[in-house]
Amino acid sequence: MARYRSLRDLDWTLLIIALIICSLGVLQIYSATHDTKWRNAWWKQIVWILIGLGIMWVATSIDYHTLLSQVPVLYAISIVALIATFAVGDVVFHSRRWITIFGFTFQTSEFEKIVIILMLARYLSELKREELGIRDLLKLGGLVGIPTALVMYQPDLGTGLTYLPILAAGVLMAGLRWRYLAAVAIACALILPVGWHFLKDYQRARLITFLDPSRDPRGAGYQVIQSKIAVGSGGMWGRGVTHGTQTQLRFLPVPHTDFIMSAFAEEHGFVGVVVVLGLYFLLLMQVVQNAQTASDRAGMYICTGVATLLLFHLLVNVGMAVGMMPVTGIPLPLMSSGGSSTFSVFMMLGLVNNVRLRRFGS
Amino acid sequence: MQADRERVNLPDSSTQLFHDDTKFALDRIAVFQYLSVGIFLFLICGFWVLQVRDHAANSEMAERNRIKTVPLLAPRGKILDRDGRVIVDNHSAYTVMLTRENLKSEHVQSIADGLNLDPDDLRIRLRRYESRPKYIPVMIKQELSPGELAFVESHRDPETFPEMELIQNQRRLYPHGGLAAHVIGYVGEISEQELNLPEFAKYSQGDVIGKFGLERQYNDTLIGIDGQRRVVVDSMGREREVLESKEATPGHNLQLTLDLDLQAVAELSMENRRGAVVALDPRSGEVLAMVSRPAFDPNAFAIRIRAQDWKELTSNPYNPLMNRAIQAQFAPGSTFKPIVALAGLESGSIDDHFSVHCGGGATFYGRYFKCWIKGAHGAVELHRGIVQSCDVYFYNVGNKTGIDSIAEYAQMAGLGKKTGVDLPGEAEGLVPSPKWKLRTQREKWYAGETISVAIGQGAVTVTPIQLASAIGGVASGGVWYRPHLVKGAAVPEPRRGNLHADNIAKVISGMYGVVNEGGTGASAAIPGLQLCGKTGSAQRASNALVKSGRVGREMKDNAWFVGFAPRENPEIVVAVLFENGEHGNLAAPIARDVIKAYFDKKTRLARPSQPQLALFQRPQVPN
Repeated sequence: MARYRSLRDLDWTLLIIALIICSLGVLQIYSATHDTKWRNAWWKQIVWILIGLGIMWVATSIDYHTLLSQVPVLYAISIVALIATFAVGDVVFHSRRWITIFGFTFQTSEFEKIVIILMLARYLSELKREELGIRDLLKLGGLVGIPTALVMYQPDLGTGLTYLPILAAGVLMAGLRWRYLAAVAIACALILPVGWHFLKDYQRARLITFLDPSRDPRGAGYQVIQSKIAVGSGGMWGRGVTHGTQTQLRFLPVPHTDFIMSAFAEEHGFVGVVVVLGLYFLLLMQVVQNAQTASDRAGMYICTGVATLLLFHLLVNVGMAVGMMPVTGIPLPLMSSGGSSTFSVFMMLGLVNNVRLRRFGS
Repeated sequence: MQADRERVNLPDSSTQLFHDDTKFALDRIAVFQYLSVGIFLFLICGFWVLQVRDHAANSEMAERNRIKTVPLLAPRGKILDRDGRVIVDNHSAYTVMLTRENLKSEHVQSIADGLNLDPDDLRIRLRRYESRPKYIPVMIKQELSPGELAFVESHRDPETFPEMELIQNQRRLYPHGGLAAHVIGYVGEISEQELNLPEFAKYSQGDVIGKFGLERQYNDTLIGIDGQRRVVVDSMGREREVLESKEATPGHNLQLTLDLDLQAVAELSMENRRGAVVALDPRSGEVLAMVSRPAFDPNAFAIRIRAQDWKELTSNPYNPLMNRAIQAQFAPGSTFKPIVALAGLESGSIDDHFSVHCGGGATFYGRYFKCWIKGAHGAVELHRGIVQSCDVYFYNVGNKTGIDSIAEYAQMAGLGKKTGVDLPGEAEGLVPSPKWKLRTQREKWYAGETISVAIGQGAVTVTPIQLASAIGGVASGGVWYRPHLVKGAAVPEPRRGNLHADNIAKVISGMYGVVNEGGTGASAAIPGLQLCGKTGSAQRASNALVKSGRVGREMKDNAWFVGFAPRENPEIVVAVLFENGEHGNLAAPIARDVIKAYFDKKTRLARPSQPQLALFQRPQVPN
């Protein structure tokens, strides 16, 4: 195992793409908030990004095998943290998602993502057969299901849902018999109506609104309609930074967090959108490349887990901006204003670098 | 968890046990890549549709989001009396409107409750606007009370009822107690039926227009031109920027010929009697005072009258909404006699020496006609005939003169047709003639009918303003000016009748005697003033009704009085109708009060050291 790691060996392509996306995010946060009470959000975001780079370095430095060996401990801590969020969490918008430690507020569910990626990587890499058995499926379902249920109960449907694609991608990557796949599909189909029963009213309203936004233009549908108007009025070239009326006059809700893509699309147009989505695609492919070159299965599973999570975030958040996905309140990685989200994305990029630096190892 | 913990205990050995390479997953990773490409294309398609294909529609929606058009309602012109005193003023009021673009139907109930409106009424109102473009707001309540204003202010935030919008406008403020209510009229929101009339073609839903009286007649003068402001608003409805501001142009003020002092005297003098008073300046046709009773309070109409108040007004058997001064058509009774006398003199059928013996009645064409007096007048010639208002004398004059001459001179004096006063809905009255009877009833004129007409009964009817104008014109030497209420109005040249001055003088002499020589109108006498007049008491029910026997005992005669002063070149003529007043000498004091007030004021103005009598007070803004 090579001891010496050089900064040169970091995935600079990945890092530079990520930082370009971050800068566009900061610019858009500034534009969307410069005359509001959140006018400090842009430089706060720069601070989060700098701290995020530090966190990334830490996540890169510790050998991922060491991290994997600590998965049970990490998993246990994360579950305790989620339960603690219920007990001492701060209520924001009717939901307990944040926990305050040493004056910093953390969204515990964001860090749970890392734990789930590591946990899946460890479990799947230790499989001795070519395909998952039914016992493995049940075990993994349970291990991912517990935090998912806890987060959804906060209630934070969007973030809870992000855990499931990691599980699904991991399981499919590891291999699954067709009849198990069919069984899982049927199980999901059966759970869906039951799950509907457990949804909160506003969550149901959001899903209904997603299907027909004009039904309730001032309610949940309002956000979708305003977002689509914002995107559409941007046109080909956009209305210019700080000139999007939907964003500046606040018809667009939370234009610096969940709807940052709509604000960006209004002010930078279709061309801007293609550029930023192109950057995200390159970022994603860079992560995938690291999965392909990983020295072992654990590393590969870590990278595919990160890639899946990023892809799911993009699909849901960007799809929400154009009304193709329901409003779930999950942030756009690297662009949305917010510490926890920024930290967790950089932590994930750190893990990918971690795998990359050790691709010739073991 | 238990299984995991066991593996932790031997990390190194377990990882060596199986073949750890990633080659098996490479084609699965390729699948992931293809999936990614698909998802990105899917998202880009979404942006393409919104930003390129539907760009124009979305831009328009963004513009409509941010640009709001706020109407600036123009204040109506004030209405002033002849001396420039304000009769009708405006005061600032708040109006709440509903923007329908973001109106939620479940809010209607709560909004109606907060504004003390009937929710069903409000829904009907909103339905009426359905055919109009959505960006046009609906005015739902004018003149908010402080409590309602507070309700609007505290509930118009985006979370509660963002559809409510507040605008400030000017509202009409009428004199209290219905002073000159019928003359001034009232304003109201244009109704559905009115919108379909050509007269109102240029107005649109929600406009406030004059509905009655001068407010209606001179609506075009009084109404201003509304302005508008186009402003940029944010999602909270706060104004950020003014794009365009077109100020409202206020309506023109309307100066009336009405004299508030005389009007107030006439109003007070009428008390609660049913009827009307009209005072004219016969030298110009200017209306100095016009009263109709019972009256209504125009303030009650406050743009939209409450259904209950409206029902009360319209179901009142005495119809307070009728302007009796121009719309009440009744038999003039004895006030018609000066006209008949003039017809007799002018046509040459009588002269002032023509004398008749009154024995309390006389028979014409086989029918006995009574005189009003219980006893008898004895020998009566023209002067005494007018002073004592002897019916027998006038039966004979009428009989000798004939219906055609009576009708000719009555029409010359302006009876039987509208005077043309600048108020809507004037009645014509009726001067019967054989031609008229043949035309309308396809019947021959009976000579006996002329006998009734000669004392102002039968089919002949007049309105108070006609009577005032007719007698005023005769007293002015046979010159009739068109009565009008607005100062400086374009009035046509007066009609000049071909009357002989000496004949007029003979009739006026009789009218002077009525008041000053112990005649029927003695109660109108004012010391030191040459007041002339004529009383009248006319059957309220038509002859047909009398014959049918359906006349109740409460159908007492109407009392009339028409008077002018001074005797030569009169400056004021007053007609008073006192419904069911029985005898004209009960109507005479009202005319006397008005004429006295006129000359008192004239004297007062000639001696400016005396303080002005504050009979009329400016209306106060209700709080």
